[in-house]
Amino acid sequence: MTPIIEFKDYTFKYRSQVEPTLRDINLKIYPGEKVLIVGPSGSGKSTIVHCINGLVPFSFAGDITGTLRVKGEDPAKLGVFGMSKIAGTVLQDTNGQFIGLTVAEDIAFALENDMVPQEEMLDRVERVAEIVEVDRLLKNAPWELSGGQKQRVSMAGVMVDDVEILLFDEPLANLDPATGKRAIDLIDRISKERNATILIIEHRLEDALYRDVDRIIVVGEGRIVADLKPDEILAGNIFTEQGIREPLYIAALKHAGCRITEESRPQHIETMLLDSYKEQVKKWFQAAEYEKRKQSEESVLTVKDLYFSYIEGKQVLQHIHFDIHKGEMVSVVGKNGAGKSTLAGIICGFMKPTKGSILLNGEDIEGLSVKERGEKIGLVMQSPGQMISKPMIYDEVALGLAVRGVPEEEIKERVYHTLKICGLYPFRNWPISALSYGQKKRVTIASILVMNPEVIILDEPTAGQDYRHYTEIMEFLKEINERYGITIIMITHDMHLMLEYTDRAIVIADGHLIADDAPVNVLTDEMIADKAYLKKTSLYDLAVKCGIESPSEFAERFIHYERALREGEK
Amino acid sequence: MARILTYEERDTWIHRLSGVTKLIFFLLWMLASMLSYDTRVLLTMVLGSLVIYKMSKIEWRQIGTVLKFILFFLVINLLAIFAFSPYEGVNIYGSRTDIVHLFGNYWLTKEQLFYEFNVLIKYVTIVPAVFTFIITTNPSEFAASLNRIGISYNVGYSVAIALRYIPDVQDDFLKIKHAQEARGIEMSGKASLLSRIKNTASIIFPLIFTSMDRIDVVGNAMELRGFGKHKKRTWYAGKTLKKADYIVITVSVIITVAALIITFHDGNRFYNPFA
Repeated sequence: MTPIIEFKDYTFKYRSQVEPTLRDINLKIYPGEKVLIVGPSGSGKSTIVHCINGLVPFSFAGDITGTLRVKGEDPAKLGVFGMSKIAGTVLQDTNGQFIGLTVAEDIAFALENDMVPQEEMLDRVERVAEIVEVDRLLKNAPWELSGGQKQRVSMAGVMVDDVEILLFDEPLANLDPATGKRAIDLIDRISKERNATILIIEHRLEDALYRDVDRIIVVGEGRIVADLKPDEILAGNIFTEQGIREPLYIAALKHAGCRITEESRPQHIETMLLDSYKEQVKKWFQAAEYEKRKQSEESVLTVKDLYFSYIEGKQVLQHIHFDIHKGEMVSVVGKNGAGKSTLAGIICGFMKPTKGSILLNGEDIEGLSVKERGEKIGLVMQSPGQMISKPMIYDEVALGLAVRGVPEEEIKERVYHTLKICGLYPFRNWPISALSYGQKKRVTIASILVMNPEVIILDEPTAGQDYRHYTEIMEFLKEINERYGITIIMITHDMHLMLEYTDRAIVIADGHLIADDAPVNVLTDEMIADKAYLKKTSLYDLAVKCGIESPSEFAERFIHYERALREGEK
Repeated sequence: MARILTYEERDTWIHRLSGVTKLIFFLLWMLASMLSYDTRVLLTMVLGSLVIYKMSKIEWRQIGTVLKFILFFLVINLLAIFAFSPYEGVNIYGSRTDIVHLFGNYWLTKEQLFYEFNVLIKYVTIVPAVFTFIITTNPSEFAASLNRIGISYNVGYSVAIALRYIPDVQDDFLKIKHAQEARGIEMSGKASLLSRIKNTASIIFPLIFTSMDRIDVVGNAMELRGFGKHKKRTWYAGKTLKKADYIVITVSVIITVAALIITFHDGNRFYNPFA
């Protein structure tokens, strides 16, 4: 069989860069295959997709050596338009790529540009909308849709063209875990029903492996490091070497000293053959130590019977109540649009609750303005770009103090002190534009930290970050939490984050608080996980399948073990 | 979130008309009401305007805020005319009927009142027509119609794409504003005007950067799906001109011509009740 995509000694260098982003790529993908491409940020995995759809070299200019053939054509000759007939791309940003004013128009967009007559268009849109189950939403505007629905519209928008290749660039990045699972399921269905060739770029390996893939390709520093069947690759250690997070059940098995073999079919925990590992896992479980973290009893932030609605009668939040203790790290989780960000907004004073109260150190903060609250409760936005307004690091961090009229000398002292805490002191005179994403994130955290808040709220602190950046950001937060006693609240739908770094999870579903418990308990409780669109951790399945009676304790010991490993490395 | 002055789908005969028809009607209507100061013509047009507005089933919440804003400026406008030119009416109508002495050189005259009444109803003829046009015309369909009458689809599509992303930019703006306020940048009335203007920068820059990122994504997404491939394109939301469209266009032309004949037949565009 001839491959549908074939890279031969392919090297590509972006014009703006000194070093090639892709080096000597040799890769064959056959018609009907479903391939997962993984790799850390900056490894070049997205560039591979852009080479196939023609954005390289047309939108992203650079130098190519070697050859690439997609269905016998050279994308560098055929161009973006020509390639769009062969390969459809679903981008990561579910909202940005939604171009039409309604679902139907967005799906029809490619047809319109191709001058397909209106009648034919109506019919084709209808048919493809049914496949991705958005046929009831055809007249809806983008802001009436959830992230998952927008993504399905995008899929329809490329499938309407009967393309043979579908490229998915980090399809899970902006979705809550349950919606992500559904997306992977849909991609799987499409691949089977249409017999399309599918490439999925993702660094959330465990979630992406929810359905079978034929091959996993690991990219590291612009080269192909591995190109193997999932079972083969999971049996080795390539992922950890490349800074990609292994599925948790695989990590747990390895910690227990099991040598995972290809024959045990490790691709899915549900169907993995665990008989030969059971005893070892049990033994490890009994031997692994763990201690419960001591909790401070003093509460710093109390939310009492909070209600909120934008429009009368339509409650966004109902009867929300919780207590956050001094020095805690807490996650607020739940499905997209469940009201998590609204809750943060109310705490910061952007909106007024319709009922209920918020206490800071026992005192009602109702009378405090946004600015006054901001001195005690800091908010860090999801993307650094949403906060940074000064060109220089020093000025950005000093901003909050400067507008409060703090004397120059004191500003300097406090900014330097904060920069030292954040590991940014050596860069203090640098322009922000010279920093990496992770460093920019630190700058935004520093600009909040400098005001000595008691509580910091972070909105999706690790969204879209690979394992290395994720660990970097989270370890930093943990450090300021432990060393400086700052209480940290994180709004997230990253189950790993919640499990590994937070003492407690506040779970919100459809505006109600449905759980306020240790993350391990939440993630091993099927009912809560379902209701809040979370995903039960695979550690739970592993424990159950190995006959361990307390799966949540198993998960807890695992987290503790991993933490000890990480601290040992430092 | 309340979305004011945006298209909302309904099924009335006005909604069913093509965007081109509505644009032609709207332009002719404006022309007539701009040129004419004939009170009889204007009053008839006010009536027509209100009937159309009523038939389009627009709800108050869609226009309330904007209408209040326009009324506010209208009142200021009328007061300003009086302040700067208290005898405009006297000049136009060539007579002077005093009502009451206000102060200094300012007398309130019947002619001035009548003149300003005419200014007022000019606005009243146009405003409901503007609202009706914006709220009953699907932007993509409008872009399609513009394209059909020979205007490049890039022009029409930029309008449609702006409408698509304006709500997103609004959301970004609000988020950024909140975050910066929490950092202590005062944007409310508490701060002085000067510092508020200065503080705007700390919202505008992040907003620009976030929007630039968005433009990149949108640009690539459009290109990946073949936007700009051909000189022409078809439209999912396009409408062909139907019988009703031709009737409306014909009627609008007749009304405009009639309005202008009535206005200008005596060589003066003012209707003079004082003569």
